[in-house]
Amino acid sequence: MPAALPESRPDLIRVENFSFHYGEKQAIFDIDMAIPEHRVTALIGPSGCGKSTLLRNMNRMNDLIDGVRHEGDIRLNGISLYDPSVEVISLRKRVGMVFQKYNPFAKSIYENVVFSLRVAGRSNRSELDESVERALKSAALWDEVKDRLHDSAFGLSGGQQQRLCIARAIANQPEILLMDEPCAALDPLATLKIEELITKLKSQYTIVIVTHNMEQATRCSDRTAFLYMGRLIEYGDTVQIFNRPSHPETEAYITGRFS
Amino acid sequence: MQPGFPNTDTPFATTGRSRRGEPWVWLTAAGLTLGVAMALGLFLLILVKGAWSFWPRRIDLMEISTNGVIEKIAGYVTQESQRRDDEGVFHEEIQIFRGNKDLSGEAFKFIDRADVVKTSRPESLLLIERLEYGPAIVHGVALVTPGGRIDVSSPDFEKTLSQTLKDGAETRAQLLRIERKQIGAISREMEALGRAERSGTVDAQTAATRNAQLQKEFEARQAEAAKLRAGLAESSFIGITADGREVTFPAEKLLGVFAANRAGFGERLAEMGHRIWKFLSEDPREANTEGGVFPAIFGTVVMTLVMSLFVTPFGVICAIYLREYAKQGHLVRVVRISVNNLAGVPSIVFGVFGLAFFVYFVGGGVDRMFFADKLPTPTYGTPGILWASLTLAILTLPVVIVATEEALSAVPRGVREAALACGASKWQTIQRIVLPASLPGILTGVILAMARGAGEVAPLMLVGVVKLAPSLPIDDIAPFIHPERKFMHLGFHIYDLGFQSPDAEAAKTIVYATALLLIIVVVTLNLAAILIRNRLKKRFAVSSF
Repeated sequence: MPAALPESRPDLIRVENFSFHYGEKQAIFDIDMAIPEHRVTALIGPSGCGKSTLLRNMNRMNDLIDGVRHEGDIRLNGISLYDPSVEVISLRKRVGMVFQKYNPFAKSIYENVVFSLRVAGRSNRSELDESVERALKSAALWDEVKDRLHDSAFGLSGGQQQRLCIARAIANQPEILLMDEPCAALDPLATLKIEELITKLKSQYTIVIVTHNMEQATRCSDRTAFLYMGRLIEYGDTVQIFNRPSHPETEAYITGRFS
Repeated sequence: MQPGFPNTDTPFATTGRSRRGEPWVWLTAAGLTLGVAMALGLFLLILVKGAWSFWPRRIDLMEISTNGVIEKIAGYVTQESQRRDDEGVFHEEIQIFRGNKDLSGEAFKFIDRADVVKTSRPESLLLIERLEYGPAIVHGVALVTPGGRIDVSSPDFEKTLSQTLKDGAETRAQLLRIERKQIGAISREMEALGRAERSGTVDAQTAATRNAQLQKEFEARQAEAAKLRAGLAESSFIGITADGREVTFPAEKLLGVFAANRAGFGERLAEMGHRIWKFLSEDPREANTEGGVFPAIFGTVVMTLVMSLFVTPFGVICAIYLREYAKQGHLVRVVRISVNNLAGVPSIVFGVFGLAFFVYFVGGGVDRMFFADKLPTPTYGTPGILWASLTLAILTLPVVIVATEEALSAVPRGVREAALACGASKWQTIQRIVLPASLPGILTGVILAMARGAGEVAPLMLVGVVKLAPSLPIDDIAPFIHPERKFMHLGFHIYDLGFQSPDAEAAKTIVYATALLLIIVVVTLNLAAILIRNRLKKRFAVSSF
């Protein structure tokens, strides 16, 4: 648990009266929340509560699904993500994402990391080299792979592959890092490494993490939001949520009475 | 506790029929065995018959008595059969290849085995290979050279014979060069000059001067050819047939002399290798029943490669739109069903389409636009290798589309999302992530398409394949690649030899050899593609999630 209560920070993302539908089915009901910058915000809640849906709306990943619609708004630095002038590609350059199942490309470690730079049209060799080193160091992977940057990414262990995915997500220096259950497919040791990494990364990035693991939320997040049946039940400092939850549902969930 | 729980009634060991596996296992295994046996049987039959046709056999000299008259025949047995005549008497018949078609009219003869009085294998019998009338079988007598007559018994005979054969081969090569290339080039220029004069780009004066020059050169070449022929005319080989007729083989037409009964195993093996090499490397002769099949091999390979060059990008592009961009609705479903049905359309229908669309419509249009000066002689408005390749590309398109679609849909969603989350556009994701990952699957489709295309004959007969193409689609005459030319194809070659040949018996062995070759060519093309695919698979290895 973080030693001291975090000082307050300006909000980077504002979710305003946001509702979301997959066709007929409504997944998110009127959520209103603000996510501060350079903090780790955890989204918790039982399966199907809409936390992943909310996360995937922050880089408009849900646009890929047919028949979705939304009401309300999500603003990044005050600008609506759904503004017609916002290009989804440039949005995703500012909002990196790490997925539940590590999914490196069938390329070398090096090419995996520079992918976001390459698609952005940058091909200056020294710039790419520099980004690889910086991203891999930030992802605490550099020392393990620096001698085999041009080997296939599939030669790495699961934990290493997930850290590679984190390096890939931060290579182009986004402002926000979205993590969708990043440790769900990893063993406890690899999970611990990723958690240390998350704590380290928050000085540079604003992190939103979806997790099923209560200990993980208490270990590495500053703010926690509890979602249930598509509604935001409680949102506050992690210490407060886990020590003095104000809603009975929250308490029931975090003490493991239902999931 | 429920009644009967836990269930202790079910015995651990099952009994009866299902005890040692299900009976269906045997049925499926038997089905597979039957399939494998049939495929192997087919391949072995073609392999044995095909290889056997190259093996130099011993020549028998047979004395046959018909109604008391003794006739001598030299040759080798090609077939044995039994029959009963009208009175129920059992006859054993043998078919003999005796060559000498120019003398006896028929190279093959059926004899009743009972009529054979005596069989021997004299070493003096030779198998003569020549440019016309197929092989001849004679007793060697002498060689006539400018330096005089050398008898078979002379110690110099072997050496002089091989020298004469070598000279003959060289002269024939020279003659070919002069007649096909040099004289061909002259007549092509004359033709072009005539067209230029008619269209007015060259004035009559210049044309006449150049024409006279060309005419003179033409005559000089012809004189050169005549001189070469005259040089050979002085040499010839003299033999005597089994029934005692003397035959002269002019050196110009003499290709080889093989002492079939004197040769040891090694020599026969060498002769077999020599025959296989000639089969692979030479042009066909005598209505394709003699000589080699090189133009057909070349045509098959070039046509198949050009076809895959067309079908691969086209099919992949279609599949990308169908799978990645098109909104998956009713229309796409109809299109997909139509594509699948296209694979079931009889291939001859594609041939008719190719003839009507590519040859007459597109080819005719190209002629009107770019080759108007040559009309009414068509350049592209006639069947050719380009149109054949395009027709087969359409024929095999469904195979590539279906395989590519499947490969694209097998790329995990997670990888696509990862690419998009990195800020890649949809096309960048397809180009950099999805396509490389599905490349092995796409290549599997191309391999299947190649296998189908290389073996297809029916549509080709309408759009470019011919019995005998005078020149290859790629050669050393500018502009080197001639996509408008007609070509030869191994599959059509088999059909032509087997069913259209004037001498079906002579063609029989070559049919097996050609069939074997077609299989080898198709397998080689496929193996090459599989090797490329496996290398790519290693490069773009997809992890095991």
